[in-house]
Amino acid sequence: MSTTTVQQEETRGDRLLRPGNTNCAGCGMSLGLQMIEQALDGEVPMLVIPACCGIVAAGAFPTTAFGAPVAASTFASAAAVATGLSVVAQLNAETHPTMCWTGDGGTYDIGIATVSGAAERNDDMMYFCYDNEIYGNTGGQRSSATPEGVKTTTTPFGKVERKKDMMAIMAAHHIPYAATLSVAHRDDFIRKVRTARATRGFRFLLMLSPCPTGWKSEPDESVDLIRYAVGCGLFPVYEVFDGVRYRINVRPDGTPLEEYTSRQRRYKSETIDPQHIQQAIDAQWKYLDGMAKAFPADEDNRRGAKSAEGAAGSAGVSPAN
Amino acid sequence: MPRALVTGNHAAGHALALAGEANRAARGCACGAYPITPQSEIIEYLRGFNFTKGDIVPVESEHSAMAVCIGASLGGARAFTASSANGLSYMTENIFAAGYYRLPIVLIAVNRTLGPPWNIWVDQGDSLALRDAAMLQFYTESHQELVDTILVAFRVAEDQRVLLPALVALDGFVVSHTQMIVDLPEQELVDRYLPACEVPHRLRVDHPTTIGGLTWPRETEHHRREIQDAMERVPEVLNEALDEFEKIFGRRPLGALSAEHTDDAEMVLVACNTMVRTLRRVVEERRAQGQPIGMINHKLFRPYPRAELLKAIGSAKKIGVLDRNHSPGSGGIFWQEIMTTLRERPDVLVQDYLVGLGGGDVTPRIINKIIDDLAKRAKADEPVWQEVAA
Repeated sequence: MSTTTVQQEETRGDRLLRPGNTNCAGCGMSLGLQMIEQALDGEVPMLVIPACCGIVAAGAFPTTAFGAPVAASTFASAAAVATGLSVVAQLNAETHPTMCWTGDGGTYDIGIATVSGAAERNDDMMYFCYDNEIYGNTGGQRSSATPEGVKTTTTPFGKVERKKDMMAIMAAHHIPYAATLSVAHRDDFIRKVRTARATRGFRFLLMLSPCPTGWKSEPDESVDLIRYAVGCGLFPVYEVFDGVRYRINVRPDGTPLEEYTSRQRRYKSETIDPQHIQQAIDAQWKYLDGMAKAFPADEDNRRGAKSAEGAAGSAGVSPAN
Repeated sequence: MPRALVTGNHAAGHALALAGEANRAARGCACGAYPITPQSEIIEYLRGFNFTKGDIVPVESEHSAMAVCIGASLGGARAFTASSANGLSYMTENIFAAGYYRLPIVLIAVNRTLGPPWNIWVDQGDSLALRDAAMLQFYTESHQELVDTILVAFRVAEDQRVLLPALVALDGFVVSHTQMIVDLPEQELVDRYLPACEVPHRLRVDHPTTIGGLTWPRETEHHRREIQDAMERVPEVLNEALDEFEKIFGRRPLGALSAEHTDDAEMVLVACNTMVRTLRRVVEERRAQGQPIGMINHKLFRPYPRAELLKAIGSAKKIGVLDRNHSPGSGGIFWQEIMTTLRERPDVLVQDYLVGLGGGDVTPRIINKIIDDLAKRAKADEPVWQEVAA
C-alpha cells in the first residue's frame, strides 16, 4: 500500500467547491472536489451535475457553492448535456475541460444509457462518478452500486444482489481512459485526474465516496474507511487504457474486511456473509491480476499526463466528432 | 429563390440546416439527433449536411437528443432537433427542462399517433401533450408554411424578449412524406433574417454561475411568472418577425391564425395542420351555395391566441372544433382551449368533433357531415366521436 504524503498547496482565489456548501461532514464529494481542483492547477472546468446531492451542494439560488459554471441537468442526462457543451466548446476552439459530476444513481442506474451513449461516441469529457453505493439524496435507498448484504431503506433485510461492476462496463466501451480513485490515496488520485485531463475523448473516473449519513459511519473516519476498503481489496484502485490495457495502482495490504465493515452500521452481522464477500473480492482480484498481466499498460503510460495523450492517440482515439 | 420539389421532411431538414448554418459567424449550431418514423429523414438530412460550424450528434435516445440540445444551447450555440409520437413522450422531461432553462431550441414535431397499440399515422395528440411545457407551438398546413414557420420560430424563440423553445408541427406522412414545390430560401437571405443566436445566460468559465439549481417557492413562482410574461410578449414579437420575413423573403407566413370567410359567418369551423386544406375546400363549396360559413386555421397553440380567436369568430354563434387528438376523460384539446377562451360568451355554441384519430382520413364527406350536424344543433353536447374513414 502506497503512503500518502499530504502537501498543502496554495489555494486559488476561488475554489471549485467553496466553503459554505451544504455537504454533510465527512462527505466524499468534498474531499474529491478539493483533489480535482488541485489536479486541474487553477483551470476552471465546465460542470454538469444531475439531480443528486452534488447539485444540492450548490445551495439555493441566487448563491452557488461552485467556483465553476454548472449546468444542473435532469437526472439521467448529465453525459448528454456535457456532450452538447463539449461539442460547442470544440466548435469555438475553447480548451476548458467539460466535466460531469454524478452519483451512482445517475451513473449505474437511471443514467447508464446516457453514459454508455457518450462513451460509445467517445465524446470529449471527464465523467466523474462519486459512488456512495446508495441513493443518498432521497434518503438512503438501494442502488445497483449497493454492495451485497448492505441494509438500506429499501433493502431492510440486506441487499441480495452483488454490486454492479461499472468499471468493467466502461472498459467494454473501449474508452481511452478509465480509473478508480481513492480519497485515501491523494497523490494517486491527483495523478490520475491529470492523466484524464491530458487525454481526449471520454474519460471515466470512479470514486468510492464515503457517506457517513448513508453508511452510518463516523464523519472523521471517512478517509480511513476508504483506506480500509482499498486495503482489504474490496475497492480495487486501478486504471484501464483504451479498455484493454490494465494497471493496478494500489494493491491490497491484508487489511481484514472487518476493519471496513465493522465501522459502518449499514453492514449488519445478520445480513452480511463475510466469507461470501471475501470470495467475491478474491475472484475480482484474480480477474484484475490476470488482465494486468495479460494486457499490461505500456511503459509510456506510466509517466502520466503527457504520455497518456500519446496513448490515446496511438489507439486511434480522436476527440468527439 | 430556388424552387424545388421536396418532401415535408426534406423541407424541414433543409430549413433547420439553413438556420444552423446562419449562426456560423457566431457560436455555431449543434444538436442531438435520434430517428423515429415518420421523422427520420429530417435527422438523416441534418447528418448529411456539411455545416461550416456545426455538429449533429447521433445520440442513443430522444431524451438525450434534447439533452444535447440543452448543452449546446447552454454553450451558446443554435440548437434544434426533431421527433414524433413516443419519441416526443420520451423527450418530455428534457423539453420541460429546456423551457425552464429559457433556451431557444427549435423542435420539429412530425405528428404521429402515440402508442401502444402502434400506429405510425398522423394525430396531433403527441405534441399537444406538451402543452404545459414552457414552449411555443406552431401547427402548419403545408410544405411552404412549414419551411417559413421554422425560420420564424428561430427568430421568435431567440428574441431576447422571449427566450423559450419553440415547436413546429407538421402532419406525419400527409406532409412529411409527400412532395410539393417549395421555395427554399437561399442561405444569404436566411443569414439576413436570423441574427446571431445569443443565449445571454450561457455558461462561461470566466463567470461561474449555476443554472437550474435549487430555488425556494418564492423564486420558483417568480420564474414561472417570467415565463408567462415572455409568452405574453410573443404576439408582438411574432408580428415583428413576420414583418421582417416579408421584407426579406417577399411573402408573409401566417401569424397566430387565419380567419377565412368569418366576417358574416353564422358558423365557424376550427382546425389545424392539413385538415385545414380539406376544410377550406368544403367551406368554399358551401359558400358558393350561399351558406354563411367560415373557418379558422389555428396555427399558434402556445401561447394560446385568445384575443385573436375571439376576434376571428366575430359574430358567429356556432363553433365546430375539429380535434385530431383525444384527451381521455375530457375530449379534444383545442376544444378545451376554445371553451376557456369563450368563457365570457355564453351566446356561442361550441361543439367538439374528434376526427381522423390514428391517421384516419378527414375527408370532405366527414366535414360535410359535421357541418350538417352543427347546423341543426340547438345546444352543445359532449365531444362527438366522428367515425374514422377506413
